[in-house]
Amino acid sequence: MHPLANKYIRKRTLPLIFCPGCGDGTVLNVFLRAVDDLGIFKELALVGGIGCSGWLPTYLQSDILHVLHGRAIPFACGLKLTDPRRKVVVFTGDGDCVGIGGNHFIHAARRNIDLTVIMINNGIYGMTGGQVAPTTPLQGRTQTSPYGNLEPPFDVCDLARSAGATYVARWTAAHPVQLLKTIKEGIEHPGFTFIEVMAQCPTQAGRYIEGTSNAGELLNLLKKRSVSQEKAKETPPEEMTGKFVVGKLHHLTGKKEFSQAIYESFLPEKSR
Amino acid sequence: MKASSRKRVAKEIVIDDQFCKGCNLCIEVCPRKVFAKSGKRNRSGYSMPQAADMGKCSACFLCEMTCPDLAITIIEENP
Amino acid sequence: METLVIHGNEACARGAIAAGCRFFAGYPITPASEITEVMSRLLPRTRGVFLQMEDEIASICAILGAAWGGAKTCTATSGPGFTLMQEGIGWAAETDTPVVVIDVMRGGPATGQPTSSSQQDVMQAKYGSHGDYEVIVLVPSSAQEAFDLTVKAFNLAEVFRNPVILLTDEIVGHTREKVRIPEKVEIVERRKPATNPADYVPFRSAAKGLLDGMPAFNQGYGILVDGQLHDEFGGRAGHKPEVSAAMVERICRKITDHADELADVEEWMLEDAEIAFIAFGSPARPALRAAKDARTQGIKAGFLKLRVLWPFPDKIIARVARQARRVIVPEMNMGKVFREVKRVVAGNAEVISLPKLGGEVHTPAEILRSMFSDQ
Repeated sequence: MHPLANKYIRKRTLPLIFCPGCGDGTVLNVFLRAVDDLGIFKELALVGGIGCSGWLPTYLQSDILHVLHGRAIPFACGLKLTDPRRKVVVFTGDGDCVGIGGNHFIHAARRNIDLTVIMINNGIYGMTGGQVAPTTPLQGRTQTSPYGNLEPPFDVCDLARSAGATYVARWTAAHPVQLLKTIKEGIEHPGFTFIEVMAQCPTQAGRYIEGTSNAGELLNLLKKRSVSQEKAKETPPEEMTGKFVVGKLHHLTGKKEFSQAIYESFLPEKSR
Repeated sequence: MKASSRKRVAKEIVIDDQFCKGCNLCIEVCPRKVFAKSGKRNRSGYSMPQAADMGKCSACFLCEMTCPDLAITIIEENP
Repeated sequence: METLVIHGNEACARGAIAAGCRFFAGYPITPASEITEVMSRLLPRTRGVFLQMEDEIASICAILGAAWGGAKTCTATSGPGFTLMQEGIGWAAETDTPVVVIDVMRGGPATGQPTSSSQQDVMQAKYGSHGDYEVIVLVPSSAQEAFDLTVKAFNLAEVFRNPVILLTDEIVGHTREKVRIPEKVEIVERRKPATNPADYVPFRSAAKGLLDGMPAFNQGYGILVDGQLHDEFGGRAGHKPEVSAAMVERICRKITDHADELADVEEWMLEDAEIAFIAFGSPARPALRAAKDARTQGIKAGFLKLRVLWPFPDKIIARVARQARRVIVPEMNMGKVFREVKRVVAGNAEVISLPKLGGEVHTPAEILRSMFSDQ
């Protein structure tokens, strides 16, 4: 067993539930390194939504809430505001975060509450068997879009930024080194951090949308579709179809963080 | 994993056969083509990879970081 | 001792603060908004956190997270919001999370009658979420009881590590009355587990089917709290029938095994009563008046007021029915608690339903008249 797994993973829950080649596993791998490098294990408070990605935090030996579909973020707000010293990290999927969870997502970003939300985006509802998601590409064939998806997908990083998030980044499961740096930076950032990780889903999105369940091929597709910010500036919009920009997309310091605002708003006890 | 200017050397790549699911991502991501299929199956029935050519390994750690099952551990020469 | 003239809603908020509530998340809804408003004024003076969340679902979820963050927490709503919160209430029951949910009942269904009263949510309070689980439901009939029973709700939530519903109604919520607030209120403090973290088994029953304390995050317990059915360590167990069954049984019996000690009623002249009024919430007051008027007319009437609605006080109701030959249940709905009473009475007495819809509470005269009706 890898020394980090030995140090942080709940042994009785192994082996990991993820399908062979699932991007979720890579994110877990990178997250353990981030926790170890930062030395924040004791301050960690993890929340997982419903979906494959929601299982990720349940493997750690920390305190974890595995909550209702779409509601990881408000649960996390309760954890953060009862003790702002906590490092609260939310693991959510695309459906969980911006499908059913969309409202909570935009309001937490608006408040700029110090959470780190890691949304693992596989463009599909994987756990339930591969139904269309708010992030499924146009024309994508899924179990509920058998003739091709007619709905344009979200650009969730764009959404996060306009809602008020102060640290927004996107990487893929093919970028573990960059993702590690970003996760560490995002956790340290005192404000609403949103990190989107495009991930391969060999079993559902792979088979139905991409036509292959080969994890390596799917990972290469992610790499091919990733465009750096510099490159994106020079690329005409038509050539960006099917591609996405990776990197640290937005980083704002100086906006008041919400738990700080709450704790500064306490008033002296009133005498009756 | 700390950023360092010291050149890291991999002595051995251990693949835990209890956790490997034979996804072969290690084979795919390795920039030096160190990995190959071993032709053997583990207890769960997965067809496992192996570090076939350690001589080529540049200790980039991409395999160890990518492995979705935390099954790969790189043993360093002088950690 | 402090005496205030406040409405039931404010009394609930003050009861919550007195009980140690230091985290509230709510959303405006008539006729419960005053609770949220009063909390917004009082909590910052106690270093407690007040949030108006984006909706009721966010509210219930935030208070559940806060409970595991270490705080005594509460939210308040009415019918439509109560419906939205049911998934959260089910999660709280499944995870042994102590929270208090206040539902100020209004006319339903759907948007219903936002500014008028009802008791239509009585079954929803118990059965609102999917799955098998239990909640404790308290029903105040005055502003004083709104204060007292809110304190009791918090205490029960701590003892039983369970969601507790404070089921009040618009009349109680909006009627201003004298409320006496004692100097010292008896509260059950949040207690860490007696076992040290290394040996702690989070979801294993300790004494009397209850759990050992309530850990908070970042106290070294490394606790996995999962809405999916789990074993005693919190690990996923949906694929193990015996473990899954045992878990659901544990969380239900945690409450039902204590039904007798949870019963909380007030009795008036039931020892020789031939006709008994069984009521709760707003109709309890005209019902008592009717019983007293009946006595002055020489009728042997008695009165039973429920303060805890669920678990249903089967033994007490059965006792009343052995004495009385006729039991009358006035309630502001189509006749729901009537069915529970009828079940328990099991033919030992005649049970008459006195439903009232439209938003107004029964008058004493209406209740008095029902003694003579033939149903």
